[in-house]
Amino acid sequence: MLFNIPWNLSSNWTFAWSILPILLIGLEVTIKATIFGFLLALILGLPLALLRAVPFRIISWPTAVLIEFIRDTPLLVQVYFVYYVLPDYGLIFSAFLTGTIALGIQYSAYTAEVYRAGLEAIPQGQWEAAKALSLQTRRIYRDIVIPQAIPRIVPAMGNYLISIIKDTPILSAVTVLEVLNVAKIIGDRTFRYLIPLSMVGGLFLILTVISSVLVRYIERRLPKEGIPLK
Amino acid sequence: MKQKPIARFEKVLKKFGDNVVLNEFDFEVYPGEKVVLMGPSGSGKTTVLRILMTLEDIQDGVVYIEEELLWHEQKHGKRVAASNAHLRKMRKKVGMVFQLFNLFPNMSVLRNITEAPIHVLKIPRKEAIKRAEDLLEMVGMTAQKNMHPAQLSGGQQQRVAIARALAMRPKIILFDEPTSALDPEMVGSVLDVMRKLADEHDLTMLVVTHEMGFAQDVADRVCMFDHGRIIEAGTPQEIFTTPKEERTRQFLNSVINREDTVTAPTVQPDRDK
Amino acid sequence: MTYTQMILVLLNGFKVTVWVTLISTVMGGIFSFAFGIGKMSRFWPVRIISDGYIEIFRGTSLLVQLFWLFYALPLLGVSLSPMSAGIWALSLNIGAYGAEVVRGAILAVDTGQYEAAKALNFTPSRTLWKVLIPQAVVEMMPPFGNLVVQNMKDSALVSLITLSDLTFKAQTIRNETLQTVPIYVITLLLYFLLALVLTGIMKWLERILTTASGREGVR
Ligand SMILES: Nc1ncnc2c1ncn2[C@@H]1O[C@H](COP(=O)(O)OP(=O)(O)OP(=O)(O)O)[C@@H](O)[C@H]1O
Ligand SMILES: [Mg+2]
Repeated sequence: MLFNIPWNLSSNWTFAWSILPILLIGLEVTIKATIFGFLLALILGLPLALLRAVPFRIISWPTAVLIEFIRDTPLLVQVYFVYYVLPDYGLIFSAFLTGTIALGIQYSAYTAEVYRAGLEAIPQGQWEAAKALSLQTRRIYRDIVIPQAIPRIVPAMGNYLISIIKDTPILSAVTVLEVLNVAKIIGDRTFRYLIPLSMVGGLFLILTVISSVLVRYIERRLPKEGIPLK
Repeated sequence: MKQKPIARFEKVLKKFGDNVVLNEFDFEVYPGEKVVLMGPSGSGKTTVLRILMTLEDIQDGVVYIEEELLWHEQKHGKRVAASNAHLRKMRKKVGMVFQLFNLFPNMSVLRNITEAPIHVLKIPRKEAIKRAEDLLEMVGMTAQKNMHPAQLSGGQQQRVAIARALAMRPKIILFDEPTSALDPEMVGSVLDVMRKLADEHDLTMLVVTHEMGFAQDVADRVCMFDHGRIIEAGTPQEIFTTPKEERTRQFLNSVINREDTVTAPTVQPDRDK
Repeated sequence: MTYTQMILVLLNGFKVTVWVTLISTVMGGIFSFAFGIGKMSRFWPVRIISDGYIEIFRGTSLLVQLFWLFYALPLLGVSLSPMSAGIWALSLNIGAYGAEVVRGAILAVDTGQYEAAKALNFTPSRTLWKVLIPQAVVEMMPPFGNLVVQNMKDSALVSLITLSDLTFKAQTIRNETLQTVPIYVITLLLYFLLALVLTGIMKWLERILTTASGREGVR
């Protein structure tokens, strides 16, 4: 298994070097969980945003409460909820998938607000102009609304991506072997927590720095006036 | 008035990046003098005031206030950049009234005026309050002394700002377009206060303004600015009626055409109440 | 287990959650000001330390920080109880985010205010404390409100270092009774309730500060 490789305890440096490969395996799980969780949040946020914007209060109001509820309760408890409740209904997923679903749910509440703000920021005049040209609703969205909303949405989404990276260690609570959990187990077995945990800190620092550079880069490349979809 | 100048620029160079705003700039103001600076936008008038107020440093040349170096100090016979302590000492001699008032919104009118005398000049609180109340009376703002700036009109705020600057008893007071951010009907009350100040005190005043009526009444000297230099200077009479320079004439015409209502010198007190 | 028993046990944990949240929020507020102002200091060592603190605690994960304080720090000779490790980790973490809020709000104050203070010869510290901060705190309140709720949510992580907070109690009685759904529904509702109360308090504070800072003019 993962932890069967021998670690070299002769010095701090050799110890660090010997555990790096398994930490990197854990890091891969971290990155996967981040990406899947983020994609799920992007998808789930959209219907929430649309339901929230519906002009009927019997629909929009409960949606608003639901969004607030998801936002205001801890991810850890949501993870447990999904992990322990879904199997009662015959839905049995792996720990990884469970954790990813919980990440997606928690962050859908944030992405929903981003979608909403992005759409609301488009000037009323744009809608009116589009209607005056009697474009179909679908074309209004495809050609006018969405291209203009994207440059407003991307930076906020980028920040949530970085937040998700930092939240993935919570999945260790339901046995997902992401990088922190790997380091913790190494610590439990060798009783040397300092080095693996510090290394994980360093790995997270590298990961968040790289992702924020990437997000800022994409942000700068986006034309402020909107991108054509075709 | 051939006494020693109270403020003097000597071959001053000021630039923002590559943009040279003042070059070889020479300028003098004498004690008690009321000088009005006029000129087109971007010609460097504000920059001159900000250098005197130590809000903007200089790249070359020297500035004196009361024959003392402002931006430099003599150390071991050498001229070096001024220390913070020196700047703090020199700053006491200068006061400034800003275009946008810059009152502290978190303090009452009275505290706006007493805060610096009490904590910077270290004068007793009672005395500072007395001083503030006298000044508020002079600017006609006694009734509003416990209000906050946000509750006052622009004209009222500017009068408080004048009182605030005066409370520090500066040797020279700088006004940077004190009425240009005001609604036209509030300009009069502020100019009245400034007139009164000019009449009743022998304070040195350096005023950037395009109010020709005010300049006519108050100024000992009007200086026309263009591209960082004074192209023409003289009494209001000389500059306004017989300008020598073509640029001066053009500028005055543009001012008169743009805002002929505001230049009228007749005002009633407290029009903006 | 009856619902009443369940609620009583959960309320016991809830008390711990409230306590940990309050203490770490207050401490986090202190760190926010200390390091947010420190990052603008005239003295470069202070700037470097503040910046390093902010980058490290924002750049790594809270759970990593919590585990580090709880499991790794004893190996350097400092042993913390679960309670202190939890409070330190939460407050240092939220303080790093708060520091950026404090700095941003101070830098956002109109430069005219800074210049007027300089023209009146205020010392830098008087300018900061009497002119800039009283105006900036109003701008800080909405983002601080988000951070307080964030911190409350984060407090659930202390259950992972054996502190008996609400989440920990929920886990314990779930293992005993397997009444999963009611336990977690009540737990989530309690957290939601706490979030609403905390948000309310922050809104109320914001109103008070707005009035005190003289923003509400009659004009
Ligand atoms: N902080 C600054 N950074 C860069 N350039 C500046 C700055 N302040 C002023 N300048 C430049 O210096 C020049 C002179 O500016 P200044 O404000 O002194 O003009 P002014 O005569 O007061 O004009 P106005 O009538 O518009 O107030 C302008 O070209 C301006 O762009
Ligand atoms: Mg100007």
